[in-house]
Amino acid sequence: MKPFDYRSPADAATAVRIVGGDPGAVFLGGGTNLVDHLKLGVVEPGLVVGVAGLLPAEVEELGGGALRIGAGVNNSELAADPRVREWFPVLSQALLSGASGQLRNMASVGGNPLQRTRCVYFQDVTTPCNKRKPGSGCSVVGGWTRHHAILGASEHCIAVHPSDMAVALAALEARARVLGPDGERTIPFVDLHRLPGDAPDRDTVLEHGELITAIDLPAQPIARRSAYRKVRDRASYAFALVSVAAALDVADGVIVDARVAFGGVAHAPWRAYRAEEALRGAPASDRSYRAAADAELADARPAEGLDGGNAFKIPLLRRTLAATLRDLVGEDAR
Amino acid sequence: MTFPSEPDAVGRDLPRRDGAAKVLGTATYAYETPLANAAYLHAVQATIARGRVTELDTTAAEALDGVVAVLTPSSAERLASTEDRELAVLQDEEVAFRGQVVALVVADSSEVARHAAALVRVSYAQVAHDAELRADREDLYAPETVNPGLPTDTAEGDVDAAMAAAEVTVEETYTTAMYHNNPMEPHATTALWDPAGDGFLTLWDSTQGVHATRAAMASVFGLDEARVRVVCPYVGGGFGSKGQPHVNVVLAALAARAVPGRPVRLALTRQQMFSLAGYRTPTIQRCRLGADRDGTLTALAIDVVEQTSRIKEFAEQTGVPARMMYASPNRRTTHRLAALDVPVPSWMRAPGECPGMFGPEVAMDELAECLGIDPIELRIRNEPRVEPGSGKPFSTRNLVGCLREGAVRFGWSERDPRPGARRRGDWLVGTGVATSTYPVARMPKSTATIRREGDRYVAEIGAADLGTGTWTTLPQIAADALGVPVDSVDVRIGDTDYPMASVAGGSSGMTTWGSAVVEAARAFRTKYGTAPLDGDEASGTVGPPDDRYAMHAFGAQFAEAHVHRDTGEVRVPRLLGVFATGRIINPRTARSQFIGGMTMGLSMALHEKSVLDPRTGHVVNHDFAEYHITANADVDEIEAHWLPEHDPHANAMGSKGIGEIGIVGTAAAVSNAVWHACGVRVRDLPITLDKVLHALEAQSER
Ligand SMILES: Cc1cc2nc3c(=O)[nH]c(=O)nc-3n(C[C@H](O)[C@H](O)[C@H](O)COP(=O)(O)OP(=O)(O)OC[C@H]3O[C@@H](n4cnc5c(N)ncnc54)[C@H](O)[C@@H]3O)c2cc1C
Repeated sequence: MKPFDYRSPADAATAVRIVGGDPGAVFLGGGTNLVDHLKLGVVEPGLVVGVAGLLPAEVEELGGGALRIGAGVNNSELAADPRVREWFPVLSQALLSGASGQLRNMASVGGNPLQRTRCVYFQDVTTPCNKRKPGSGCSVVGGWTRHHAILGASEHCIAVHPSDMAVALAALEARARVLGPDGERTIPFVDLHRLPGDAPDRDTVLEHGELITAIDLPAQPIARRSAYRKVRDRASYAFALVSVAAALDVADGVIVDARVAFGGVAHAPWRAYRAEEALRGAPASDRSYRAAADAELADARPAEGLDGGNAFKIPLLRRTLAATLRDLVGEDAR
Repeated sequence: MTFPSEPDAVGRDLPRRDGAAKVLGTATYAYETPLANAAYLHAVQATIARGRVTELDTTAAEALDGVVAVLTPSSAERLASTEDRELAVLQDEEVAFRGQVVALVVADSSEVARHAAALVRVSYAQVAHDAELRADREDLYAPETVNPGLPTDTAEGDVDAAMAAAEVTVEETYTTAMYHNNPMEPHATTALWDPAGDGFLTLWDSTQGVHATRAAMASVFGLDEARVRVVCPYVGGGFGSKGQPHVNVVLAALAARAVPGRPVRLALTRQQMFSLAGYRTPTIQRCRLGADRDGTLTALAIDVVEQTSRIKEFAEQTGVPARMMYASPNRRTTHRLAALDVPVPSWMRAPGECPGMFGPEVAMDELAECLGIDPIELRIRNEPRVEPGSGKPFSTRNLVGCLREGAVRFGWSERDPRPGARRRGDWLVGTGVATSTYPVARMPKSTATIRREGDRYVAEIGAADLGTGTWTTLPQIAADALGVPVDSVDVRIGDTDYPMASVAGGSSGMTTWGSAVVEAARAFRTKYGTAPLDGDEASGTVGPPDDRYAMHAFGAQFAEAHVHRDTGEVRVPRLLGVFATGRIINPRTARSQFIGGMTMGLSMALHEKSVLDPRTGHVVNHDFAEYHITANADVDEIEAHWLPEHDPHANAMGSKGIGEIGIVGTAAAVSNAVWHACGVRVRDLPITLDKVLHALEAQSER
């Protein structure tokens, strides 16, 4: 690990000024991802600026069922918040499906969506990686692609975004509140993460020095009937092979409205607008669910690799979406 | 006196003597040995899989504040013996696998050492490497023997003819993955070279055998064994990977000799554990079974292909359990190796039996399916009278008892044999069975000393406790052998200052060390009677095995598997094992070994796989976020039972080794249960959802 300086300023504005003024500086939230990367040499900042203690650490009601979640709230607290559990169960479930109890106690709401890909070649400084070192090449294709993207990838990068929480937020019309060297702005959560294109080193649209201070959740009655289904290689403590965040409004056996996002399949949490479109007005049936999945997966491209690559994710995602929606509708609404 | 037939301490459920120290954190492990002024070592590893180091630029590393020494092939001392090429580190510029150590840094702190190691610039002349194991390679060869010195191939009768004539046959290829032992405590060493006189090397090393480590290090450094001491009171797990010294011990000693008088600490990082500390080879097993309609086996064959490294051969004895498990007039077992540009494989819990009871035990289930015979009944019909091959009688063989007892406890009789016929909610439900076996091993050498100290007895032997329970079980044996309460006996283990003990390997510890302790007690009582004086002492040595008998432990494992009908996720909510392993010394530590082994077997069944990318030659999922090991949520009901058994031929205690048998057969039982749940035979481990998904797709199309 390369030595670095550490500072923990008194307030967010100072933190932003320090990091904004130093291209070699980074923010440190709970540290559950960044510290690993410091040890592995994946990032080598000259200055680490602690922000965990100076970000708002409450979940605030904005009225009418809307919430403002401080970026300093930890993942365990957010998952346990009674309002989140009742109004946005998909978010609580997504959080609880991630990492482990210890990690969730450390991980912050600001840091979680900004955690970086788990691509093993990205995390290994001895193998080329366009995300870690632009232009060095991608080591994945033909290698271990099991956990890689089937949607929205580019020839430069097929990494996936690993966060579960972010998938729920993408389905929930969330907005990220950001404080930067040039002041405040809000970014629709679905626009926060980028597809890799020819600049896979940039995970998000955030500029250097921009700090997430809160996440806003607008009131959404539909979210009360929502769920997160994560499919992974062991029962707990593993990243998603695929995951589905979904909310449904069903009346008389017909889907009135739907929100769907996928995890584990793309460089960003994948809001499934085409699937939503296909679901709207359709009967609540397995056939509709599969058709919705097919609409979204029309452009899916598996990555060849060891052990058969990741083509299995396409049927797996289709089946997982169907199962999630079927469970959400439940017997009563059928 | 001999060992009592009605022992008092042996068989009692005594808590671990070292438990409190471990829970309180006061038990010291190798890396944390309290020593002042320690320096820290970090290794620089090759980033190519084959070639030569052409330049090592250590300027930046050496310039770093706090760096004490940088050793390279040109500055490291010449070792006295380079015969073991895994241990011949920094002796030349050749790179034989990715991750091999090409330089080391010693610094005042581990952080500085690690940083400096990253600053060492290495240039290579790279040569094309070959790291891909396939059964159709042209360069496969037959090793002279397989671990631990067993015949490479065996043949009886004519398998081909018997297969051609058989009424029913099964012929399939099964594969097990590459696995890394991954004990919780990484390989760690603290080394101190005291230059006074001729010099003296002390190694606090996390090892399964202090004497084996001393012998190896004395030879590598050309030192008299009297000038080397190895100390290891506690081991945070080994699973075979600490049975022989790996390169970390040599590195620590090399560094210590470069900074005389200063202790040097080294703990491998988790990532380094995937290239420097041994692993289990992947195996490709072509299995053939031929049988009569009534299930009597007429042919049984296993042809194994596996890998070793180019610099050191390790031939896993995967085909060996098929030599003795079932009766068959025609039998063939072979082993072929590919020597690849990969790290050096080694022992991992139940080498041979563990992978070698996967293919054959799934094949038996497939045969039972073809025949329409219950898989338990099929196995019972093929019970051998004497050990196949050798023709020796078994000292004890209670496989059938394990199967029957397990069937009752598991509720096997209610089982509907049809696959894919049961559902609970969204889960398809199945059950499966497979058998376990492990040989009774006794090492040729071990000595114990028993001494009267005040009003207590002390047994000393350089044995190891790698979480297995030795601290607790040896006093039980000593107490009964002496005829005194167990509370009046202390043991001292884990130090070459105590009498020579064999390595904790091959589940041989209790048989070997326990026998030495019994002999020492006998000598002690003969010499001093029942009223010894303070300081009286006597030694005893393990005797040779009784080789008139074939000695093996047996077991049967039952699994319930659930397969999610939508996603194909596989869960194993229930595992039950019944074992026949001689007398149980301590039910508490024994249960821990059995269920620990079964959990590791479950891990092999569902999760573990070291993904070696043949393009780079290294294991790319080299940490615990990506190399999945079964976690708490994966283990639900898990039970281990044992039959009352006393094997008078195995050793004085009547016990057999139990450290490894638990991992044997689990993966096959799980695979058989998965087939029963969803109708898919998964012949390639691990059983991941993608391997059953296609069948679920086909079912839902219907
Ligand atoms: C073994 C393991 C398993 C895991 N499993 C899962 C899983 O299954 N699902 C899952 O979703 N996650 C999983 N995680 C990841 C975990 O959720 C993330 O590490 C965590 O959420 C990151 O939050 P943090 O506060 O610790 O971020 P940090 O590590 O502190 O920071 C992460 C990144 O965000 C930046 N950053 C932090 N806070 C802010 C802010 N307020 N504004 C701007 N930038 C900021 C940092 O500079 C850094 O680049 C796992 C992690 C581990 C180690």
